[in-house]
Amino acid sequence: MNSGIDLEMSFTQGVQNLGLSHELAHLLWIPLPMLLVLVSAVIGVLVTVWLERKISAAAQQRIGPEYAGALGILQPMADGLKLLVKEDIIPARADSVLFTVGPILVLVPVILSWLIVPFGQNLLISNVGIGIFLWIALSSIQPIGLLMSGYSSNNKYSLLGGLRAAAQSISYEIPLALAVLAIVMMSNSLSTVDIVEQQNSAGILSWNIWRQPVGFIIFWICALAECERLPFDLPEAEEELVAGYQTEYSGMKFALFYLAGYINLVLSALLVSVLYLGGWGFPISIDWFSSLIGLSIDNPLVQIIAASLGIVMTILKAYLLVFLAILLRWTTPRVRIDQLLDLGWKFLLPISLVNLLVTASLKLAFPMTFGG
Amino acid sequence: MNIAYSTELICFLILSAVIVSGSLAVVLLENIVYSAFLLGGVFMAVAGLYLLLNASFVAAAQILVYVGAVNVLILFAIMLVNNKEKLKPIKGLKTRKLISGGVCGGLLILLLRVSITTKWNLPGPSSIGEEATEIIGEHLFTDYLLPFELASILLLMAMIGAIVLARRDVSSPTAYLNDLKNQNSLTDKKIPLLSENSLK
Repeated sequence: MNSGIDLEMSFTQGVQNLGLSHELAHLLWIPLPMLLVLVSAVIGVLVTVWLERKISAAAQQRIGPEYAGALGILQPMADGLKLLVKEDIIPARADSVLFTVGPILVLVPVILSWLIVPFGQNLLISNVGIGIFLWIALSSIQPIGLLMSGYSSNNKYSLLGGLRAAAQSISYEIPLALAVLAIVMMSNSLSTVDIVEQQNSAGILSWNIWRQPVGFIIFWICALAECERLPFDLPEAEEELVAGYQTEYSGMKFALFYLAGYINLVLSALLVSVLYLGGWGFPISIDWFSSLIGLSIDNPLVQIIAASLGIVMTILKAYLLVFLAILLRWTTPRVRIDQLLDLGWKFLLPISLVNLLVTASLKLAFPMTFGG
Repeated sequence: MNIAYSTELICFLILSAVIVSGSLAVVLLENIVYSAFLLGGVFMAVAGLYLLLNASFVAAAQILVYVGAVNVLILFAIMLVNNKEKLKPIKGLKTRKLISGGVCGGLLILLLRVSITTKWNLPGPSSIGEEATEIIGEHLFTDYLLPFELASILLLMAMIGAIVLARRDVSSPTAYLNDLKNQNSLTDKKIPLLSENSLK
């Protein structure tokens, strides 16, 4: 097992060569990956917003944005700028403290969850042992922020939207966690790096989607519901609730909700690709490919190509899923609230339990293929 | 004193301050919604303390269970009831507050005495870190199996109780039967009424 490129090691060694202590070098290193991931998350959101505008236009036979930059690619920047300079309104008789804290509580857990998204062997902020469990725990904080902003707006539509959002995320969290549990059982680890590595023995054939097709579908449905995307965008159903918990928000506070929604979408797509589609793995095994050319896997050139290919593959898979989500949003109708809860509790929950049971028994029966 | 130690100390002080002031505010604030939100903050600070002790799995479980489930349900319950209504003033509230304050203060003094007089085994057992998940799982399914199963039976009982309370036709069969009887009697009454009318 090769360790791949370790940027942290080389950085700290380079700084130490300049005459600084090891601790100081580590302290200098810590903010760098965080900043990089924050920037890439925001750029990912800008790209997703542009894609959403263009694809929705195509679905409705319009042209979409086209004047801001080539093909309207600067349109999301213009949107962001507009939201940034807009007046920040706090409604009369609203609870101003809770009204301000709400959007922050929605955004922060989502950004924190990027901690565990791997773009390569060592290309993640922190390979924490509890990995994917951390994401599940963090995503359970979000409903509190939604309830807070719904309650503090002093508006019945906001309160209804907040309650709906919380009910929805509580009911879809359980099948989501059970689907993840089946994967964890197969890879014997909660760490995202281990989960990807376990899938990369034989290229595309060893991806988890072939061993967990049901889990993949459950996870994708639940992820869409957690992101509150159509067909599950009941918390902000515009015909019934104006805009749900976002009704009273404007300016930068609204932008925080907007940002949180899209960051969550990109994050969910990345996690689907990590859990089911082999993460940074190339469809053809890199080891096999490099031995075909006759280069050793430890060759620096092979390492650099493999690392950049890994990043490209992760982003490519994630954006294919984002494309699917956008297409679903503009082609499917919204479900009713009772249908939503029925789907969650009466269909997805039993199915995911059965999926877990079947995975466990298959693991006992065929320890070679299902991870002993 | 190196950097790691001082960061740990600063984090510990901030977290303890948040826990103490937050839990006092949970008890003392008049607004019940603020109390509920602050309770979530206190739970998160406790999870932070677990993180400082290198128990990342316990910290994540604390957030998932206490913040994500318990606190959200408390908030749900508070927001579904009408909070605009003023509560009735209770007789002798001051003496009640004094008595409960005295009981809590006494408990605090007792606990402080225990924690000061006990000989703690310092520096204590070393933390197991990343392997904690597996070890916790092993313990749950071997030597702690009985308490684990008992807890699950307790949860099952609570769930069945909630369902029974929520479904009116199951919880009060007599009321349901009475409704049925009333309906029957109404239809019974209708027949003579109709016949009287038809006679006239």
